[in-house]
Amino acid sequence: MLSLLDSIGYGEWILHALLWLPLVGMVLVLMGPEARAKQLAFVWSLVVLGLSLGLWWAFDPGIGTFQFESSIPWIASWGVSYAVALDGISLFMVMLTAFTTAVAILGSFNYIKKHERAFYALMLLMETGVIGVFISIDLFLFYVFWEITLIPMYFIIGVWGGERRIYSAVKFFLFTAFGSLLMLVALLYLFFAAQAISGEPSFAYQALLNVPLSLQEQLWLFGAFCLAFSIKVPVFPFHTWLPDAHVEAPTPGSVVLAAVLLKMGAYGFLRFLLPFFPAAAQHPTVVTLMMVLGIIGIIYTAWVAAVQPDAKKLVAYTSVAHMGFVVLGIFALTVNGLQGGLMVMISHGISTGALFLLLGMMYERRHTRLIADFGGIGRVTPWFATAFMITALTSIGLPGTSGFVGEFLALLGTFQARPVMAIIACSGVIFAAYYMLPMVQKVFFNALEKPENKTMPDLSRRELVILGPMVALMIWIGVQPGPFLRRMEPTVHAVIEQVTGNGLQAQGGHEEEALVTFSSTSPLENEGGEEESSPTHPGDEE
Amino acid sequence: MTLPLVYSALQEGHEILAAHEVAGEAFEPFLPGLVILLPLLGFILNGALALAASRRSADALRGGAELDFFEGGKRPWTHSLPTWIGPGVIGLAFLIVLVNFTRMLGADLHEPVIRHYWTWMSTGAFQVDAALQLDQLSMVMMLVVTGVSFIIHVFSVGYMGEDQGYPRYFSYLNLFVFFMLTLVMGASFLLMFVGWEGVGFCSYILIGYWFTDKAKADSGKKAFIVNRIGDLGFLVAMLLLFAGFGAFAGFGTLNFVGVFAAAPDALVYGGGVVTAITLLLLLGATGKSAQIPLYVWLPDAMAGPTPVSALIHAATMVTAGVYMVARTSVLFALAPVGGLTVALIGATTALFAATIGLAQNDIKKVLAYSTISQLGFMFIGVGVGAYAAGIFHLMTHAVFKGLLFLGAGAVIHSMHHALHHTHNDADPQDMRNMGGLRKFLPITWITMWLATLAIAGIWPFAGFFSKDEIIWMAGARAGGVSGGWYTLIWIMALAAAMITAVYMTRLMIMTFHGKNRTGQEEARHLHESPWVMTVPLMVLAFFSIFGGWINVPHAISDSFLGGFGLLPMTEWLHEWLHPIAGVATEIQAANAGAFVDRAPFGGGELLWAVLSTGAALIVVLVSARVVGGFKILPAGESPEPVGFKKVLFMKYYVDEFYDRIIVQPLIRASRFSWKVIDAGIVDGVANGLGNLARALGWFGSLFQTGSVNTYALFLAIGVLVILGVVAF
Repeated sequence: MLSLLDSIGYGEWILHALLWLPLVGMVLVLMGPEARAKQLAFVWSLVVLGLSLGLWWAFDPGIGTFQFESSIPWIASWGVSYAVALDGISLFMVMLTAFTTAVAILGSFNYIKKHERAFYALMLLMETGVIGVFISIDLFLFYVFWEITLIPMYFIIGVWGGERRIYSAVKFFLFTAFGSLLMLVALLYLFFAAQAISGEPSFAYQALLNVPLSLQEQLWLFGAFCLAFSIKVPVFPFHTWLPDAHVEAPTPGSVVLAAVLLKMGAYGFLRFLLPFFPAAAQHPTVVTLMMVLGIIGIIYTAWVAAVQPDAKKLVAYTSVAHMGFVVLGIFALTVNGLQGGLMVMISHGISTGALFLLLGMMYERRHTRLIADFGGIGRVTPWFATAFMITALTSIGLPGTSGFVGEFLALLGTFQARPVMAIIACSGVIFAAYYMLPMVQKVFFNALEKPENKTMPDLSRRELVILGPMVALMIWIGVQPGPFLRRMEPTVHAVIEQVTGNGLQAQGGHEEEALVTFSSTSPLENEGGEEESSPTHPGDEE
Repeated sequence: MTLPLVYSALQEGHEILAAHEVAGEAFEPFLPGLVILLPLLGFILNGALALAASRRSADALRGGAELDFFEGGKRPWTHSLPTWIGPGVIGLAFLIVLVNFTRMLGADLHEPVIRHYWTWMSTGAFQVDAALQLDQLSMVMMLVVTGVSFIIHVFSVGYMGEDQGYPRYFSYLNLFVFFMLTLVMGASFLLMFVGWEGVGFCSYILIGYWFTDKAKADSGKKAFIVNRIGDLGFLVAMLLLFAGFGAFAGFGTLNFVGVFAAAPDALVYGGGVVTAITLLLLLGATGKSAQIPLYVWLPDAMAGPTPVSALIHAATMVTAGVYMVARTSVLFALAPVGGLTVALIGATTALFAATIGLAQNDIKKVLAYSTISQLGFMFIGVGVGAYAAGIFHLMTHAVFKGLLFLGAGAVIHSMHHALHHTHNDADPQDMRNMGGLRKFLPITWITMWLATLAIAGIWPFAGFFSKDEIIWMAGARAGGVSGGWYTLIWIMALAAAMITAVYMTRLMIMTFHGKNRTGQEEARHLHESPWVMTVPLMVLAFFSIFGGWINVPHAISDSFLGGFGLLPMTEWLHEWLHPIAGVATEIQAANAGAFVDRAPFGGGELLWAVLSTGAALIVVLVSARVVGGFKILPAGESPEPVGFKKVLFMKYYVDEFYDRIIVQPLIRASRFSWKVIDAGIVDGVANGLGNLARALGWFGSLFQTGSVNTYALFLAIGVLVILGVVAF
């Protein structure tokens, strides 16, 4: 597989293709006929997904630095360049984005009934934006993509949403834009600080790493970045936009929102916040604060979720709870914690994405999302109930599903850093059962009484095609997380080294630069040189 | 089967045992992975059949009709294949386990054999493999799990034969066996946890198997959530084991072999960390094994089909906590407080649940509390450090309690049919509606009596040997450290044993003896179950009689209780498990004093064995007499219990108490969090920051024209502005 990819120069063009192909698709959809918009968009997203799968093999799991890197000067006077690359953190985020977009588009076929062209064009624009966020290694470029993702989601909620769509769309926009503005200010400060040292303007990721800052400065800049990312994650108490956005968003909007947009925040923590401001990120007060907020997210939002009458709002709140584990894992700054956090991100992307799709299917059938309107539908929709059950179990982290791997590793990593925090967070396993099981019971079990429910159709073939791969992924990752963990591990080590080995005094910028001058072909050449990873690497690669 | 035959069979076992001491071959496992895979395969096949069948019945239901799969006496293939697949895969697994067992008998095995399959999780220094552990303890558990499961699967063919969800039932049951085997065969704490939570989930779906009944679905949910409270303890214990706390740096592994080998040196005897670990593990065990304070889910779990109660809620899953303590015996030996707490919780639960069992009228509820009580005995056993005795009682209890539940199932089955025939809506599980059933269900009657004598601890039935061993061992620690506590435990256990004899006799008399109370018309439809159900009863009855003979104590083996040395397998199980429990026993003997051959108030083992079996026999006879003299009225006509009997009947109001102090406050806190904190304060502040937000919202609404063209225009302008800014 690797040699095949190599022969077509996969590593050279893949990131550019993944970034711009959706945009080409957007143009095609806009130019094509309205009636064929959905098929066209789906096929196009499938192509992007197919291309992204090659990354699984082409990505060298042995190295922790950027791969497939390429950089073209864009606005030279500002030191802005079009620079993209991939590492063990962004790899799965990109693949998750490609997967989610395809699934979400297929899931919108019956849901989206008006302005189809515009809708599918926006979905593809969103894909470009999100992939851009994950692969940009120029901060200016990153910021542009970060902002671009706002636009399609704003319209998707605002136009195709439910009754209070305007309120929710504006709320979503304002929360995120508010955070982004702070981030922009902090970013510019960092830019000028770096320029003052090196004498050259540059927004390149490497140039902004290891900028010597006083603790005071670090804390301020950390605060600004952290706020922007925390709103996105979202971290308590900045989460209230999320339930509103989810409830009003159309199904595919919710899917993309939960599966990938939230991940942008956690990704920001890992990619920028921690490496840029290591002293602040390790400041005991900061760590305590972030972990406490994460724990509040885990416990408090689980409680809030448990009493929601609206199933979609319930699932929306559980997103906050899941992302609480991610926050814990990240700020633990241990290998297990970071890996666990990343696994939760992947698992949450798949399982919560699937839950929103399933709720969408329920809504399409009954035009209600109130839990009380259902009951006993396991009898008329047994396949649907089975898919829902497996997804719900993944969501509450039953061992054997992907949810458990991430949660356990995140808790383990947290325990290594802050045992008491981890022990409190462990109660999340109880509260997860507390919010999920009553909902499952009230919807699928109990007596089948309401006549409208008695005629609900079971899963259609298209819906099976959507859910099948998602359920398979949940179990596959749960049973065999090794290939995922192995690909992340070197990067995770590198991040921890960057942060912990780099307190206030350390300013070893040169050494860092030396590490990242791999060309895009280096992963393939490096194959033989990776002694340590080679025993495990080819093992389950075929 | 005749007794000489049994003797010769046992003799053979003894000879094999004697031979292995000389032989000393290495143990070569035979297809151990298949033991686990077969039930999984059964789950997949039966699951596929269930999905196919359920799709059909759902289609019918949408058309407004209830689909009867058995219409015209013919079974569709979705409902005939599970008969072979369901019990078949378990039977095969049992055969493979038998092969492995005989191999292990003939081998000289001191260290567990680990079969590694793949690396499950590996990050940094943390690694857990998908690996199975074969040793004497897991072998015993595998035998019990696959053996009893097979018998109960066969019984289910009859019991669930007319159920519309037949393939679904077997798929769940197979999945349960898969997770249960993972639990007992897994080579690490984490893999055990996989089985641990897995069986909890299976329990949940099997209790709520008839899910359209809200009460049953509620019970399943309760079981899952209460179990997860226990799982929290297990989870934290694993974190502590791996990463350590304070001065203890952690084991850096979760593999049993690695942890137990390092534990005696790494952990301080009686230290805070090991005590915390054992208490956390104990919390997990109280959830799974239904002990105080987390036992409350088990009585409700009786909502599931009766074979499920027999398999999961009597014979196998609920004993997982006992297995866990035995498995981690090294840790519990290092934490005397942990061990003592296990024994105390066990004794309290044994006594407490037994008293509740006295006043229940639902035949399954009596058995449920009996199970809780018997699990308490097992906890006493493993808690005082008599690991072989605890596991011994686990084995005999699996047999006789499995039998009692299956017998109750046969009774309920028969009652249900009879009441169904006459459209009587009386409760088929209420013993007040039964009476005199021995005429109609003779095989069930006899086999259940045998099991009753076994559980009551009457010689020479299985329960006598195992229960007596536990009580004796508790008393044997009364002379050492914390002797006062062990004396107390010993007294409580003796009392619980006597109460056991009372409530079981009451159950048998109310069900099978006296006047029949089903009603004349109904009585005509009462009948014995088909052979597919009675044969399992007989097999289990056989082991209820003879099962205890595998571990006759030395002290009585040469007396008349030991058949004057004729029972050949003296202390067999004890010796068999020595490689597992030996280290723990040594640690305990070195630090807390060895077991002494003397009861707290004097007397040797033989004397107390005679006393206890004699007392149990008298209790059975007296209670039979007393209960037989009661005037029992059918459920609808009997008066409400009053006084202390009402307290017992209402199970000491523990459920109500938990509801008041935990469930309701949690729900109130949740509502408060949502309405006041989230919607009120958090969102209020956010929205409050937003006079601005509202103004912008109004501004935004100007663009809300509903025309895509306008939006596209704005979008284009936006992009242009961005690009313009950038380019400039």
